[in-house]
Amino acid sequence: MSLKFDILVVGGGHAGTEAAAAAARLGASVGLISFDRAQIGTMSCNPAMGGLGKGHLMREVDAFDGLIARASDAAAIHYRMLNASKGAAVRGPRIQADRRLYRKAIHDLIEAQPGLAVVEGEVTALRMQGRRVTGLVLADGRNIASKAVILATGTFLGGKLHFGMKGCAGGRVGERAATSLAHQLRSLQLPMARLKTGTPPRLDGRTIDWAGLERQPSDAGGWTMSPMTPARGLPQLFCAITRTNTRTHDIIRANLDRSPLFAGEIQGVGPRYCPSIEDKVHRFAERDGHQVFLEPEGLDDPLIYPNGISTSLPDDVQRAMVRTMPGLERVEIAQPGYAVEYDHIDPRILEPTLAIRDVDGLYLAGQINGTTGYEEAAAQGLVAGLNAAAWAGGSSSILFDRGESYIGVMVDDLVLQGVTEPYRMLTARAEYRLRLRADNAEARLTPKAVAAGCVSAERLRHFASASGQREKIETLLTKRCGAADLNQTGAAVRDDGVRRELREWIRFPEVDAAVLLRLVPELGDSPAERVEEAIQDHRYAPYIQRQHSEIARLRSDERLRIPPDLDYAVIPGLSIEMVERLERSRPSTLGAASRIRGITPAALAAILVHARRKAA
Amino acid sequence: MATDVRADERKDPKLSDTIYALSSGQPPAAIALVRISGPAADFALRTLAGHLPEPRVATLARLHWKGELLDNALVLRFRGPNSATGEDVAELHLHGGRSVVAATLAALSEVDGLRPAAPGEFTRRAFEQGRIDLAEAEGLADLLEAETESQRRNALLLAGGALSRQVESWQQRLLQLAGQVEAALDFSDEDDVAPLTPTFAVEWTALREELAEWLRRPAAERLKDGVRVVIAGPPNAGKSSLLNVLAGREAAITAASPGTTRDVIEIPLALAGTPFLLADTAGLRETTDEVETIGVVRARTIIEAADLILWLGDPRLAPPGAIRVHAKADLGSPAAEVDVQVSARTGAGLDELVRLMIHHSSRLLPREGEVSLNARQRGLIEVVEQALGEADGESDLLILSEALRGALKAVDRITGRAGVEDMLDTLFERFCIGK
Repeated sequence: MSLKFDILVVGGGHAGTEAAAAAARLGASVGLISFDRAQIGTMSCNPAMGGLGKGHLMREVDAFDGLIARASDAAAIHYRMLNASKGAAVRGPRIQADRRLYRKAIHDLIEAQPGLAVVEGEVTALRMQGRRVTGLVLADGRNIASKAVILATGTFLGGKLHFGMKGCAGGRVGERAATSLAHQLRSLQLPMARLKTGTPPRLDGRTIDWAGLERQPSDAGGWTMSPMTPARGLPQLFCAITRTNTRTHDIIRANLDRSPLFAGEIQGVGPRYCPSIEDKVHRFAERDGHQVFLEPEGLDDPLIYPNGISTSLPDDVQRAMVRTMPGLERVEIAQPGYAVEYDHIDPRILEPTLAIRDVDGLYLAGQINGTTGYEEAAAQGLVAGLNAAAWAGGSSSILFDRGESYIGVMVDDLVLQGVTEPYRMLTARAEYRLRLRADNAEARLTPKAVAAGCVSAERLRHFASASGQREKIETLLTKRCGAADLNQTGAAVRDDGVRRELREWIRFPEVDAAVLLRLVPELGDSPAERVEEAIQDHRYAPYIQRQHSEIARLRSDERLRIPPDLDYAVIPGLSIEMVERLERSRPSTLGAASRIRGITPAALAAILVHARRKAA
Repeated sequence: MATDVRADERKDPKLSDTIYALSSGQPPAAIALVRISGPAADFALRTLAGHLPEPRVATLARLHWKGELLDNALVLRFRGPNSATGEDVAELHLHGGRSVVAATLAALSEVDGLRPAAPGEFTRRAFEQGRIDLAEAEGLADLLEAETESQRRNALLLAGGALSRQVESWQQRLLQLAGQVEAALDFSDEDDVAPLTPTFAVEWTALREELAEWLRRPAAERLKDGVRVVIAGPPNAGKSSLLNVLAGREAAITAASPGTTRDVIEIPLALAGTPFLLADTAGLRETTDEVETIGVVRARTIIEAADLILWLGDPRLAPPGAIRVHAKADLGSPAAEVDVQVSARTGAGLDELVRLMIHHSSRLLPREGEVSLNARQRGLIEVVEQALGEADGESDLLILSEALRGALKAVDRITGRAGVEDMLDTLFERFCIGK
């Protein structure tokens, strides 16, 4: 039997499903290949989606009609807006998902997507013609032809699990590590490095004493992850908080020699922002306790995810350790925590389209690029899916830049800087954070998505109506008034004698939605979140204005192309370290080169001079 | 054999111009240093010395050109990139007579592939080759221009990295502040991360005040260009004569008829190690002569921009802060009390005038051993100080972080480097973060 697709996607995780759906939305015929159809859309780690930076990524993927936000709403059993009291730029929407419902939601969305077929099987090899990919070979002998292949295979490369001092090969618990494909990738001589990540033990919620624990209920209010979700649909559960204590720490310290982390069994580099509990106790010895969030995994699932104690200690130590914590005195561990070590491919070999620079038609997305997190994976899936489909269809690349999206920030970071630890999105990574908010993702990106041709008629209608509301609000906010008018509504602004438009008054923190509504009751006709979006647009306007010129400079440097085959070694004055970094990342523009760490203005001048001389 | 080497050197793929210049002061001097930098440096050295010495070993060589002995000189060669400019460099330490230097430079001008260096070109090459950072490059450029002892010392502090080290310490402190803000923004749900501590505001203000203090320091340019001294007064008060005697040479035209000096004359000079830029001005009076009118207008402009005025007119009409000088002590007494009486003709009172000038200038010049900022660095430090100032006392973390971002960017432009990763390093060192 012979099969043929435009695009093949290997792996049905968050990167793979998003890539397959995005390519199909652009009209490509897509085959999504997975070991096990039932595992597609599995949340393999924490049952939470979103948060700071991550929630931003979700909303951006959603602005392109992606899956992740809609599936999250379909499975959400707890909503929480992080940083709710701070400026909107750093508010991070986050949900707890029912694992089973999340997987089902993804299955439904995949099934409903025209042009997308799921193929069950194990990939054993890429079909290659020279350095061009022409399809895949499956373990059962099937050959599938395609114009492009997207590898979204997670941690399958050299994956090794650590339960205490026992190590064994594998990706997630209960799954095989794909090995023959890994062999072939190694033979392509792509640069690789080793990382690690860990999980906490899963607890049986029925053995937890919830009564004495501090509870964190789901947020009030009706916000959803995707604006396309009409309303929250599921019953909401609470999370609870417990803490480690000196007894917990004593047990951990006494058993450090049985932790593969400390006994030198694990060489991979772990994330600084997600240390194991062994690490926390060791590095911050003066702290007498660490917070642990108890997060439910589902509506009718007794499993609890204790967020904050990922570990690779042996089972017996894990049991003794968790039982020192309030509420967990009699807890049973349903599945012990473990550490995973895996190889990732150095993402500096990728173009900003996530295509490998010198292998035609091969794209990489997700953890294989050294990132961590569902949201980071999904966003890369979107980029790879859109660009593989555009490439296969002969249209131009769909690129994201740092001034416009977190997606652009992440891709730029990956392809230029590479990773030194599992890469996680943080709002601190976005220099234009003030404009890249979760609540304006649609306004920022949907026009780009529409231009790319990847949104549904339904999304288009929603976007048109929201745009209409935005214009109406903007018009209302041009009303002029003086300080006295505002004082009357309770906003204690100082009277400097200047009459301003309302949108200018918004810069004063005293002027909030309530004040505006009293002055312009017609604002009440628009949805509250749309009014809040406008308030946030204007509150930071002077700062955003200032960033405009910075972004304009960034984009002009982006127009200075650097030839892909530039020989950096012969450019006088570049240090060996610079040459190495430039050769690894091969920046396509001078702007990109300027963002590589350690590249000085002098080096840029030398590169520019050299590139110009070569072009002449 | 020699021709092979020459062919190789000419084929160098990095081929750029090879430059040469007299790197020491104007002859005559005990030693004159001629530096050659670029791919043909070895070729030039071999051409003059007849052989190539070991790199980095000072060697005595007889330099010849077209059969004529130029000098018995000490020569040194450095292989790029381990040289001052990052290119191949040759140094000729000549006997510092005018004719030796002139003949050697003339010979070099005829060597294939060599051309005289443009001013500052050695430093620029060193900078472009990444041998030195921007702050150091500016320090070296100033060093080359330095003529007085205190200028040289300031330039050395810069080149030795004193400014770079200072900026690095500011950068570290800004990164620490940014780390606290970013932790509060990105990890607000971690129990280890409290809202900003009271010390945050203290550190913020302390840094801001330190930067402001630096900005109040005298500018480096004063040291380079000299303290601007204007000799002012009515026509025929003896301004040009005083200028001439201070400068020790006939720089301005002196004549007994009023209104002789129509242009502004500027003379750089060092008095007891302090750099001055002395300006003589056209006599301050209303005039109908068109050329002279232009001179008077320019003179007013110059006086307004002066650091120090030597007032030769009626002491009662002296501008505030001026040194009141009676310049014709040999011809009679002043009309009112003056600060000093001098005679340009006899030289009487000049020492006292110089002492007064140095005394008045001390607040304008950086103290010995103190690093000072040039205009570019000052501009960037101002950006940092303003960014911190604008957001001082602000409670919105987003605005604090935006201010720090602007500040760090400006600091980066002084020394280069740093980025999000450096901030994250400080953050993760300080806080126990992670679930």
